[in-house]
Amino acid sequence: MAANRTIGKINALGLTREDYKGGKSTLCPGCGHDSISNQIISVAYDVGLKQENVIKLSGIGCSSKTPAYFLGRSHAFNAIHGRMPSVATGATLANHDLVAIGVSGDGDSGSIGFGQFKHLIRRNVPMVYIIENNGVYGLTKGQFSATADAGQVLKYYGRNELPPIDLALEAIIGGATFVARSFSGHAEQVRSLLKAALAHRGTAVIDIISPCVTFNNTPTSSKSYDYGKAHEIALHEIELIPEGFVPEREEINIQDYEEGQIIEVEMHDGSYIRLKKVGPDHDPRSRVQAMELLEKAGTEQLFLTGLLYYEEPRPTLGETLNLTDTPLAHLPEHKLRPSKEALDKLMQGLM
Amino acid sequence: MGVIDMPAESQIQETGKPIVNDFAFMVATKNGSGSQTSNMALVRALFKMGIPVNGKNLFPSNIKGLPTWYTIRVSKDGYTARRATTEIAIAFNESTAAEDIASLPSGGVCILPQEWNWGHTREDITYYEVPVKDTVKAFDIPTERREQVSNMVYVGVVARLFDIPLELTREALVDQFGGKEKPVTMNYQVIEAAYNWAAENLVKSDRFHFAPMDKTKGKIIITGNEAAALGALFGGVTVVAWYPITPSTSLVDAIIENRHLRTDPDTGKDTVAIMQAEDEIAAAGAIVGAGWAGARAMTATSGPGLSLMAEFAGLAYFAEIPIVIWDVTRMGPSTGLPTRTSQGDILFAYFIGHGDTRQICLLPGSVEECFEFGWHAFDLAEQFQTPVIVLSDLDLGMNNWMAEPFTYPDRPLNRGKVLDKAALEKFIAEKGEWYRYRDYDKDGVGYRTLPGTDHPRAAYFTRGTGHDDRAVYSERSDDWVENMARLHRKFENARGHVPQPVVDYDPSRKIGLISYGSNDPAVCEARDRLAAEGIETNYLRIRALPTTQAVHDFVMNHERVYVIENNFDGQLCQVLRIEVPEDTTHMRSLALGDGLPMTPKWIYENVKRYEDK
Ligand SMILES: Cc1ncc(C[n+]2csc(CCOP(=O)(O)OP(=O)(O)O)c2C)c(N)n1
Ligand code: SF4
Ligand SMILES: [Mg+2]
Repeated sequence: MAANRTIGKINALGLTREDYKGGKSTLCPGCGHDSISNQIISVAYDVGLKQENVIKLSGIGCSSKTPAYFLGRSHAFNAIHGRMPSVATGATLANHDLVAIGVSGDGDSGSIGFGQFKHLIRRNVPMVYIIENNGVYGLTKGQFSATADAGQVLKYYGRNELPPIDLALEAIIGGATFVARSFSGHAEQVRSLLKAALAHRGTAVIDIISPCVTFNNTPTSSKSYDYGKAHEIALHEIELIPEGFVPEREEINIQDYEEGQIIEVEMHDGSYIRLKKVGPDHDPRSRVQAMELLEKAGTEQLFLTGLLYYEEPRPTLGETLNLTDTPLAHLPEHKLRPSKEALDKLMQGLM
Repeated sequence: MGVIDMPAESQIQETGKPIVNDFAFMVATKNGSGSQTSNMALVRALFKMGIPVNGKNLFPSNIKGLPTWYTIRVSKDGYTARRATTEIAIAFNESTAAEDIASLPSGGVCILPQEWNWGHTREDITYYEVPVKDTVKAFDIPTERREQVSNMVYVGVVARLFDIPLELTREALVDQFGGKEKPVTMNYQVIEAAYNWAAENLVKSDRFHFAPMDKTKGKIIITGNEAAALGALFGGVTVVAWYPITPSTSLVDAIIENRHLRTDPDTGKDTVAIMQAEDEIAAAGAIVGAGWAGARAMTATSGPGLSLMAEFAGLAYFAEIPIVIWDVTRMGPSTGLPTRTSQGDILFAYFIGHGDTRQICLLPGSVEECFEFGWHAFDLAEQFQTPVIVLSDLDLGMNNWMAEPFTYPDRPLNRGKVLDKAALEKFIAEKGEWYRYRDYDKDGVGYRTLPGTDHPRAAYFTRGTGHDDRAVYSERSDDWVENMARLHRKFENARGHVPQPVVDYDPSRKIGLISYGSNDPAVCEARDRLAAEGIETNYLRIRALPTTQAVHDFVMNHERVYVIENNFDGQLCQVLRIEVPEDTTHMRSLALGDGLPMTPKWIYENVKRYEDK
């Protein structure tokens, strides 16, 4: 194996891309979810992510199986259906130094776990929250999910008469500070969004359309490869410029772009996301614009991808709770158990 | 009429002597009228007189308006169980007055508002009518406070009629209002006025008296929920996630109130995170995530909430994650009798989870044990990497109990088998490997690493079922069978470490009583009464599941064993039939789930009924 590796291909931590892999996938060949796992591996390798600090969390579904297939040196928790958000909430409260990556499905987050999804966002739990959205329940063999197209017909389940839930729009309404949509067939965009999401402090939601090749890949379905390739309208080219990357910033020839074509979104740590307009006008710093855009996309059936909404992060849940800087999980005994004198004093007061 | 609950009655009729420090009274008011402050003032004043006292709130599921009763029992002999009958009724709720008066024994006393002009329907009781409205009218009290303050009238009248020093009622108010002058004065002036009115206008014509004793010296008075909260805070709890539900809410309220105990003096920041979740599923999920990541995590709930936690309880059992769940039990489903006490969750709690699960359950029987199990539960959870469910109940949790001051934990925190970076390195150096679920010590408990451990081999993949001992996904039957065998080993190992039963045993006695939790005072009193009639009993109080050899032996060593509990199906008895499978003849279930704390009378009568057969 080692002989196959290209010499010199190591990242800042001295690791190869291979070191960021997980177990072998057991998903159907061609499943959109696998390609997202691959992008996670690439990004983690590229940015030199320290896997030991990462936790991977998921619910139940084909999508939720994927944490087993990337970042093998990270702790992982494959929880129960729809409840990954609460587990992530608890884990990040226990240790706010952890970098949390959650993977969920449209069934997991859009139906059984819809409440938890919204409440995690409301609390601003710091994590990257990926939804691998295929419009069906893959693992239970192809029932409609709540994101399925209205009017779509499936072999056993007939016609879906209900309107789809737009999980990105729900995230914005819920108060998420980073909301994006992407397409697992658009690897480069998935990667740049992941990079930006990892740099974000707060809940970063990425709703990735990820075709289920087994149960929902007919070209008429908005969650199919063919449809995605034919109809995707990317809003911007996205690039994360790390903190202190000033020289390159000046290299850009702003004149090449018309006014409004480049948007630079500053992040909390001084890095920024540079967006070069390639599709319809959209400034992701406006919540109203983002909601209008998604409303329009919904009614006109537009498959818009990119960074939809970004806002200066609110305090995270841990910050709101005024917790110690030392993670709760690392507090030594003398910080955890009050003194005997404290107990005696309490007892005196109760006599 | 039961014998045990009516000693006073027989004294009234037979001897006519004064009855001192051995009777009970009932305060009937409307829910939400603020009578709790008056009732606690009485309880505290009696406690300050040194008289053993216990107050129980029997309240409806309602915020305002429905009838509510508070019973206060004084007992020179230190009995604290609920009595089925009370000799004195403070009938301050017109809608139940007829019923309240009818319930009094002959020779009883009724105190009621004068303005009702209530006819004296019974000749065998004493009536004291007091001008509630007029007494309060004399003071400038804001309208919104008037109803609550009206209840102070009966405090003053009771103090005068039955001899509580006025000053002690004042001290009781000072305690209750944390020394705040304004509310103390507002309430006390009414007590004093009522006291003086009674002195001038009422002629004492009953035989009940309080007399100072020294039996509460050095004791504290506290609810089980507050005790549990303190226990958790002294046990190093770091994450609390919960969803409000009676009767567990006051447990988390007390954690919030005492959070300052865990504010780091060096930084002013908190060492405990308290999060109100969106429901009990999320509360359970949050503590599972937190326990996994190294927190001491807990929730507090009651039956309906426990149902919602079932899936996570099963996951935590199989993924082997320490969490602590306090279930302060109450009657039935949400629309049932949510403010009535019960021990109806023990079967559900013991087996909660799908697949083959048996959970460690702790069964505190006193406020002291609520405190002790409050911290000890975390040690057990982390030692065995598993959920620990503590089953308290409404009676223990929400009522005030006398107790010995709590003992400071006698041992350091037990964080269980956790390998940090250095320990993991050493482990691997010695054993050549480390796998999460491998049973290196043959005690069923593996070594865990916490997320964030800075070692390339620290990570493992956590899931419920479907893994081998290396924490690798596996659907192989033999892997799973091996895992189940290890979990069984772990569970058997836990038997020796959970709180052991409290046993009073004499081989000459042929009858045994088994019970648990808040029934303890009733069982103890019933035993005394049975013994007085020549029925000697042994007693074993179970403090945890799984049970031990001691329970097995106790069952087998008696001719008859009565299993006494506060539910209908005899749930503990059913558990014991599983735990002691050899027994087919000894155990008899004595179970009553009427929503009220167990009475000695009921136990006495039922044991006697069987024994007399
Ligand atoms: C409580 C519960 N109910 C039902 C299931 C069965 N179940 C497993 S996966 C799944 C749907 C998953 O769909 P989705 O989240 O969209 O994931 P996908 O497989 O499509 O990636 C269901 C209903 C379960 N595991 N748990
Ligand atoms: S069923 Fe669909 S979602 Fe599941 S692995 Fe196969 S292609 Fe992917
Ligand atoms: Mg799906």
